[in-house]
Amino acid sequence: MERNGFLSLSGVASRYGSTQVLTDIDLSIAKGEFVALLGSSGCGKTTLLRLLAGFISPSAGEVVVRQRDVTRLPPDKRGMALVFQSYALWPHMTVAQNIGYGLKLKGIAKAEIASRVSAMQQMLGLQGLEARKPANLSGGQRQRVALGRALAVDPEILLLDEPLSNLDARIRLSVRHELRALQKRLGITAIHVTHDREEAMVMADRIVILDAGRIAQQGSPEEVYNQPASAFVAAFMGAENVLSMNGQPDGDAFMLQAGPANKATAVPFAGRKLSAGAVEARFRPEAAQLFATEEFLPRRPGVAFGGEVLAVTYPGGHWRHVVRLGDREIMADAPQAFSPGMQVVVHVPAESLFLFNSPAS
Amino acid sequence: MTVVASKSSMANAWAALWWLPRGIVFGLMAFFIFGPLFNMLLWTVAEKWYFPYTFPLQYGFSSWEKVFAPRGGALESLSNSLIVALLTVVVSLLLAIPAGYALARLKLPFRSLILLAFLIPQAFPNLTVYVNIARIFYEIGLNGTIPGVVLVHVSHGLVYAVWIATAAFSAIDIELEQAARNIGAGAMRTFMDVTLPLAAPGLMASAIFVFLESLDEFTGSYFVGAPDVNMLPLLLYTSAAGGNYQIASITALLLLVPSLVFMLMVERFLKADVLSRVGH
Repeated sequence: MERNGFLSLSGVASRYGSTQVLTDIDLSIAKGEFVALLGSSGCGKTTLLRLLAGFISPSAGEVVVRQRDVTRLPPDKRGMALVFQSYALWPHMTVAQNIGYGLKLKGIAKAEIASRVSAMQQMLGLQGLEARKPANLSGGQRQRVALGRALAVDPEILLLDEPLSNLDARIRLSVRHELRALQKRLGITAIHVTHDREEAMVMADRIVILDAGRIAQQGSPEEVYNQPASAFVAAFMGAENVLSMNGQPDGDAFMLQAGPANKATAVPFAGRKLSAGAVEARFRPEAAQLFATEEFLPRRPGVAFGGEVLAVTYPGGHWRHVVRLGDREIMADAPQAFSPGMQVVVHVPAESLFLFNSPAS
Repeated sequence: MTVVASKSSMANAWAALWWLPRGIVFGLMAFFIFGPLFNMLLWTVAEKWYFPYTFPLQYGFSSWEKVFAPRGGALESLSNSLIVALLTVVVSLLLAIPAGYALARLKLPFRSLILLAFLIPQAFPNLTVYVNIARIFYEIGLNGTIPGVVLVHVSHGLVYAVWIATAAFSAIDIELEQAARNIGAGAMRTFMDVTLPLAAPGLMASAIFVFLESLDEFTGSYFVGAPDVNMLPLLLYTSAAGGNYQIASITALLLLVPSLVFMLMVERFLKADVLSRVGH
């Protein structure tokens, strides 16, 4: 995909009072791309979206659409339609008036508006609701009216501010796919703000992870999931198990020293950038494999940790164990249950073990 | 067993008598509210009524004829009062809509001080304020004119208009306006299509308050308006002072009816979300 050309942000920063909300955001988005801005609350993702929509002016940097600087344009001149988290439907207008308002502003004839509104209703499954007021709609219907209102003006760029967060968990799953399919069909460029990792993974072509107002990493869902660039990204993408280790480079591998729970093991670099010293090792509960100590074959590639099962639960599909490794407790999944008190080996394949130099050392 | 039974029957007896104090309290309240009103209604149709008789000796509508006769002055006062009240509403809203919107939306320094400033005309004794206004108006030729009276009433009613309009605008979610801007509406278009319709019930309520305030405002009307511009409260005052209770009661009734009607309307228009923001 051609990255330069459609929507690009360079050096964008935003300050609220004395708080720096966004710092040095460089982002280039291709036409038709679906980008998810992912981060925990307060990371600046909603600020970034509002900055794109024109409700906030950046304190530095510029926003360019099709080589045109839009940084100082008012919201109504930007051609970006925003779907609000609260939907922000106008309570004094009917569904048809809400969807058709943008067309009315463009001075389109009444008959034309009516036919385009009913086509939009058809597409979003809102037939027969044109005369209803927003107060008389369900959450899912409101969400679709808000989407219809944004899509009716045929925007170049669709901005989505956690539009699924107010929906029932069950509806949300199907709406994810509907929204993604619709975006692909219309070939519209979409920027989706969410704090839901799975939602971002399922919907987006590219995920941009924000941490404290900076881009922590951006890439395809597989990239950010399998090759996290920092301990923060690894933790945010679900690698919550953390162990402190020491090691040093040794040829094309990184030599992990023996610790309270493991023997010295070499891990191939495979793109990792590590220097000698303390490292933070992270892995996902589902990436670990559990073996009873006497059944473990030590020749498997990867790192093996010896420990004791403390607790076991069944969240569905697999058994989740709390295992003590030295002075740390971690979680590990297994297809069968190991009872508390058992001595086990937690084996983490080399490609699933994320290593980062500890910032302190 | 019997002790318990007699105790509970005692309690029952007390409960049965509970209506008595309740009835007395409600009866007294009704008497103090409706008694004077009923007395006023009687006076409007009394031809002859003097001490020691409890009720009028003779009923009739001759006072109504007198009031509504071309030379009775009541029709003139009524139309003056209505014209002034309507103009006061128009001027107050023209000032209160932009002021209220600015106070609700912009980050103004000293916002609460500005809100408080509208209360100043109410903070000092009316007489002192209006005597001085009358003196100034006399110098610039506004005394004894309808615009003069309207200005006095506006200064008095603006606190209701601005406070309620501010509350009405701040009760509107700013995202509703942003949604309109986002879809391509300019600032003015957004205000006309989204903000104003949503604020309309609150603005309507503030208009009614101003209207009622203007209708029974006395001091300012007296010093600035009289004797060239006569208003209903003035007529009420002169006829009551002259012992003409029939005319005074009919005037009072004319003032009371719109108040009652509009109070019922205000109750419908002023929603809790607006009411809770008044003065904030």
